[in-house]
Amino acid sequence: MKSNNYNTIFLEDERVDGADKVNGKAKYTAEHNLPNLAYAVFVTSTIAKGTIKSIDTSKALAMPGVLDIIYYGNCPLVPGYISNAAERPKNVFEWRGYKVLYDNKVRFFGQPIALIVADTFENANAAIRFVKADYEVEKFETNFDKARLDPANLKGPIIYKRGTEKKFKETNFFVEAEYNIPIEVHNAMELFATIAHWETEDKVTLYDKTQGPKSTQSTVAKTFGLPDKNVRVIAENVGGGFGSGLRSWPNVPAACIAAKKLNRPVKLVLTRPQMFTLVGYRPQSWQKIGLGADAAGNFIGISHEAISNTSRYEDFREGIVDVSKFLYASENVDTKYQLLPLDLSTPIWMRGPGEATGCFALESAIDELSYKLKMDPIQLRIKNFTTVNPENKLPFSDINLKDCYAYGVEKIGWKNRPSIPGAIKENGWLIGYGMAVGVFGAGKGSASVRIVLSNDGKLLLECAVSDMGPGTMTSMSIIAADAMQMPIQKIKFKLGDSDLPPGPSQGGSGTTSTVGSAVDLACKTLQQKIKELAVQYAPAFSTTTADALEVKNEMVILKTDANTKIDISALLKLANQEKIDLIINSNGKNAEQLKYTSNSFSAHFVKLAVNAKDGTIKVLNVVTTGDAGKIISPKTARSQMLGGVVGGIGMALTEKVDIDQSTGQIINASFGAYHVPLHSQIPPTDVWFVNKPDIHMNEIGAKGIGEIALIGFAAAIANAVYNATGKRVRDLPITPEKLGFKTAKA
Amino acid sequence: MKPCNQHDGRRGFLKKSASIAALYFTPAMLVKTFAMDAIVPLPIAKEKLAITINGKLMNLEIDARTTLLNLLREDLSYTGTKKGCEMGQCGACTIHINGKRTKSCIQLALSNQNNKITTIEGLSDGLSLHPMQAAFLKNDAFQCGYCTSGQIMSAVACVREGNAKSRKSIQTYMDTNICRCGAYQNIVDAIEEVAKTGAKI
Ligand code: FES
Ligand code: FES
Repeated sequence: MKSNNYNTIFLEDERVDGADKVNGKAKYTAEHNLPNLAYAVFVTSTIAKGTIKSIDTSKALAMPGVLDIIYYGNCPLVPGYISNAAERPKNVFEWRGYKVLYDNKVRFFGQPIALIVADTFENANAAIRFVKADYEVEKFETNFDKARLDPANLKGPIIYKRGTEKKFKETNFFVEAEYNIPIEVHNAMELFATIAHWETEDKVTLYDKTQGPKSTQSTVAKTFGLPDKNVRVIAENVGGGFGSGLRSWPNVPAACIAAKKLNRPVKLVLTRPQMFTLVGYRPQSWQKIGLGADAAGNFIGISHEAISNTSRYEDFREGIVDVSKFLYASENVDTKYQLLPLDLSTPIWMRGPGEATGCFALESAIDELSYKLKMDPIQLRIKNFTTVNPENKLPFSDINLKDCYAYGVEKIGWKNRPSIPGAIKENGWLIGYGMAVGVFGAGKGSASVRIVLSNDGKLLLECAVSDMGPGTMTSMSIIAADAMQMPIQKIKFKLGDSDLPPGPSQGGSGTTSTVGSAVDLACKTLQQKIKELAVQYAPAFSTTTADALEVKNEMVILKTDANTKIDISALLKLANQEKIDLIINSNGKNAEQLKYTSNSFSAHFVKLAVNAKDGTIKVLNVVTTGDAGKIISPKTARSQMLGGVVGGIGMALTEKVDIDQSTGQIINASFGAYHVPLHSQIPPTDVWFVNKPDIHMNEIGAKGIGEIALIGFAAAIANAVYNATGKRVRDLPITPEKLGFKTAKA
Repeated sequence: MKPCNQHDGRRGFLKKSASIAALYFTPAMLVKTFAMDAIVPLPIAKEKLAITINGKLMNLEIDARTTLLNLLREDLSYTGTKKGCEMGQCGACTIHINGKRTKSCIQLALSNQNNKITTIEGLSDGLSLHPMQAAFLKNDAFQCGYCTSGQIMSAVACVREGNAKSRKSIQTYMDTNICRCGAYQNIVDAIEEVAKTGAKI
């Protein structure tokens, strides 16, 4: 894919940190070895709700190598665990969520109730089953489908209204239906882990799996009553996150407490089953959408209601109904969003968060309406296309969905799509085509970057952001190479350490825009500095001004005469400077940029086959298109889109957490029972980007793609399944059973 | 046992009573107090293991319960081999035992007496990349990189065992290795590319 103007100087387009990931040298959190390291494992509850009356740790403590067992009976007091604000020291915030190891309440099945620390992993593990807890069991509720029916259980609502409520019904052409999405789990391949090491009484270093080294630093500092600078969080390589690393989970305080109590470094690694219960998930949701149009297809009203679950101890909300407010032109929109607290752990944003949930419903409804109108679903979308966000009335900074449609239509072979469902049958398989749109807000926040140019010609950039896989190190290096017009091989971008200048958490598709803008600004500032040095120290430029110069190819050049130039390294030596070392702060959107509303968009196209005998669904082909401004790093951007398709296939066809409602236990907490997509389920996928700089968005014209890669995809599948079979499945995942087949062939 | 929320009586990170705190943080004391009337456990005996890892013969004394994966990662610092589930279900821990690809998390280390192990670190000489590693890099066959060692070890076996004849056969062979980042298409591209060269790898 040749798609931007970044190909002038650097030669390779591999990830700059890629070699270490293919040769096994890249170190992830649990792989850091510290002298005298102790190993910790959680003991977890075997009830969903209640109080621990007592814990017998005596047998486990007597096991070989066991150093300590920490639980509510002996847990040191953490300042952030003090509930009473008046008693809490000034700089301390109360810990969000349950106070792990500290109180004796059980809030969900599998909650940590004790921490075993031992000299080896084997010894810690062996002791788990000797810890015996005695519970006072309470009645619990984990059944979303049942509990949501009683309004008394619901929190909220959050209401939005524009125009007339339930207007969609005032036409002959409307659809109204309910949609259900089960709990899905991020399940990044790297297990959550924390290594805590108190260097001194009040100074701690953490190796932690986090998407935000700075936010984890701040959380730990505020919880333990330390100044930020006394907490260092290192997350150089993050083995996937998908949102689960956007807050600190109980493994963080637990490791800190244990390391402090034992006065030695402690490593705590979660197990795969614990990845289902302790580090968040996409909440279960119910939605109802009403959508109506006039005979020509103009939307006259959208009503969108949603309920999603949260825990009993924290409210977690996401933007489920938001897409209905602004993606299409409709004068009348009403939305209502409520929370249903259950005796489960707290959910968190999972790739595409609420928008993925909302788009599944909205984009399915539009497809359904298109059949009623006897209109092509793409034409229906174009009919209701808007360049002004109808919610805030600001123009979109850029929106090129029509280009995405044109590309997808061509590449998927949309002309072969039957307008009547179930019309194509080939060798016992029903063939269908579907498409859907995704949208996510494009933000730009503040970030700081340190930029260091040495007189050996090397350029170093630093920011405390993390890279969970999208290739941040690579795209930032590309931005710097382009801005400086120098070879990427001489550039190093350091990240993943809270000691570096502050950067955002990696989430909400904001890293490239936010940190990229800071890198761009840092490079421009550096160039200005270099030019000024040239005027001051280089005899050839003594009579010119900085404005007359440009910096490229590692030289300072007179704009009007390319032969008048000086090597930057030579210039630094002339100036007697070893290096130029600057810290640059870049801010969020400026007043001009705030006149627009910015989003990234995607359109996904799917061709699939449904076995007419047993209902097996085979995705045959995917075309996925992104409208996200300028694409900085074509190779890694394409990989993100490919990853979104895989995640979307999981969401649409395979992923679902099952809870045993008699115990409240998740009963499929493993890769063996919770099915994420595998190699052979992935169809040939074509990725395409509009790749046009969004000049109103930020200085680099780039927007994020992590979320839009997935948002809308599940609807594209559902729409294709309908096109193939005439069966509309509104409950994910779509299985042969839901298509009316009794049993599926494995 | 004291009720949980009476934090004022407890020592912790608030420096209230430093002298008691010092005592409190001594683990040995705790162990003794609690262990008084408890079972007397048998010490875990160390067992001898002779094993060759990436061409290096090692004579080790290890805990009999140690899995091959934990031996590699925790005891010997071969952290290139990853832990994704410890249940034999994800493939992140894939290595070669006597040339055969195996999931190291569901193997006791001790059952590998005199075996020859190859990990991702031993695939190349450490200076250059193995052709499969190079193909993964070129095709961007990963994002976070956490499943990558396992994917590459399986990929090498896939080609060696003659299972890379078609995309479909590659996919079927590789179904043992999960990539949650979803780099599947690029992984298959990389394997196909290496297989097509026909080179012995
Ligand atoms: S860690 Fe061995 S298969 Fe997952
Ligand atoms: S690259 Fe992240 S899991 Fe495969």
